Amino acid sequence: MECQDCHKRPATVHFSQSINGNKTEIHVCEVCAKENGYMPYQEEGYGLHHLITDLFNIDSAITGAQGSKQQFKQIQETKCPQCGMGLSEFKRIGKFGCASCYETFSSRLDPIFRRVHSGNTKHFGKIPKRRGGDLRKRKELDAYKEELDRLIKEEAFEEAAEVRDKIKALKGGSETGEKE
Amino acid sequence: MTLQHFMKEAISPWMRDEGPDSDIVLSSRIRLARNFSDISFPLAGNKEKLQEIRQFFQNKYEHESFQDYEDFALLSMEDLTAVEKRVLVEKHLISPHLAKNQHAGAALISQNEQVSIMVNEEDHIRLQLYFPGFQLTEALEKAFELDDWLEEKIDYAFDETRGYLTSCPTNVGTGMRASVMMHLPALAMTKQINRMIPSINQLGLVVRGIYGEGSEARGSIFQISNQITLGITEEDIIGDLRGVVKQLIEHERKARTRLMEQSGKQLEDRIHRSYGVLEHSRIIESKEAAICLSNVRLGIDLGMIEQVSRNILNELVILTQPGFLQQYAEKTLSASERDELRATLIRERLQLEK
Repeated sequence: MECQDCHKRPATVHFSQSINGNKTEIHVCEVCAKENGYMPYQEEGYGLHHLITDLFNIDSAITGAQGSKQQFKQIQETKCPQCGMGLSEFKRIGKFGCASCYETFSSRLDPIFRRVHSGNTKHFGKIPKRRGGDLRKRKELDAYKEELDRLIKEEAFEEAAEVRDKIKALKGGSETGEKE
Repeated sequence: MTLQHFMKEAISPWMRDEGPDSDIVLSSRIRLARNFSDISFPLAGNKEKLQEIRQFFQNKYEHESFQDYEDFALLSMEDLTAVEKRVLVEKHLISPHLAKNQHAGAALISQNEQVSIMVNEEDHIRLQLYFPGFQLTEALEKAFELDDWLEEKIDYAFDETRGYLTSCPTNVGTGMRASVMMHLPALAMTKQINRMIPSINQLGLVVRGIYGEGSEARGSIFQISNQITLGITEEDIIGDLRGVVKQLIEHERKARTRLMEQSGKQLEDRIHRSYGVLEHSRIIESKEAAICLSNVRLGIDLGMIEQVSRNILNELVILTQPGFLQQYAEKTLSASERDELRATLIRERLQLEK
């Protein structure tokens, strides 16, 4: 069986993942498993900082060729412009120093989040009222549009018309107030 | 004296109300982690900035009220003694991390102790809200309202893709930890809980002891909470947690019935022996006290012990913690002195019930 991720190496890591009841079978090689954050995350005796350190070390092991060493060194010297936290410190303590760290280390974060949050890397959930005004509106629109599609499919035209009016109102009114 | 108010009683005012399913679910809690957008997190922040944050909370929110959460009191960590901090930890009003805190830590606590806003913990803001019994949905709704109330005056660190930004990668996204404290004596006695924990973990939920991370489940009290905070909405997290809690309640009730049917006499014996120990012992260690209290509480739930009020478990579990005992004695106590005082307090408390 070949690795379902790189399709090059043989798959040596097999497991099934169950997130909220949805089971998926995964067959990958060790390299891809580590890269994708599929290796098991043990809580006891293996702190988050170990995990983060490991992820970075794997990085350098994978890209082991001489050319990339230079690159690795460069990344290692990255420091957050706001709080001054360096990559080595972040690796050691496993915590961010400030909000800007998320940008500073952004290229490195997906594998970490994936492992800690069961494969997830993007936020779905509450959006701040004041600060996230625009985003809130966009998400609300998306939700209404989905509902509209569903209603049209179900041929529930009366409800669909209502939703369409809501979309119109939301798009039209640039005022920040709640709909309706 | 605001501080005295929080120190005097082991049981918080909100605990006096019995919530839904309160024979098994002791409390529901929502915690939200938030940060100021342009100030470094406490671990990297400079002292002055962190002081400013605390000052901000003092100026804007001290003695303010929001709905039922009235007259917030601000307690600065460096004004408190070690024992006082410990009492607040034992009452779950602050975290051990905040008690140990280095710079400008504080807690803003409502008079009914239902809301505690920790300032400069691992994140700038840790808002936590308790409800008695099984009321996760209600707790989430209120937590969101409190969150919006704070956001009126604070620019939160928030990113479109990553959500609410937190110091620890394990909290990013919703920044929410929802947890439920459950008393599961029958599942613990029959060891069924050990078999259930792995499958609960598979759903991204964790089972812990009463004092959170790393603590053991003393007196059959378990805390179930979500692990994942990124990529799932708050409502879905609550939904998953509710589902598991509902099942645990059902299993616990079934296990209780089965225990009664199959070994009723032994169970009755165990419960009354525990009651006897609590009523008559002169020295009692916290572990033994926790086990006996759990048994007596089960006895109350099963109708075997009638003269004692149900709330006694919540109250005595906290009252017999080391910090609270020393607060009561108004001095530092050795372990053996604590064991003695613990026995005395429990005896006296049970006398009050008669």
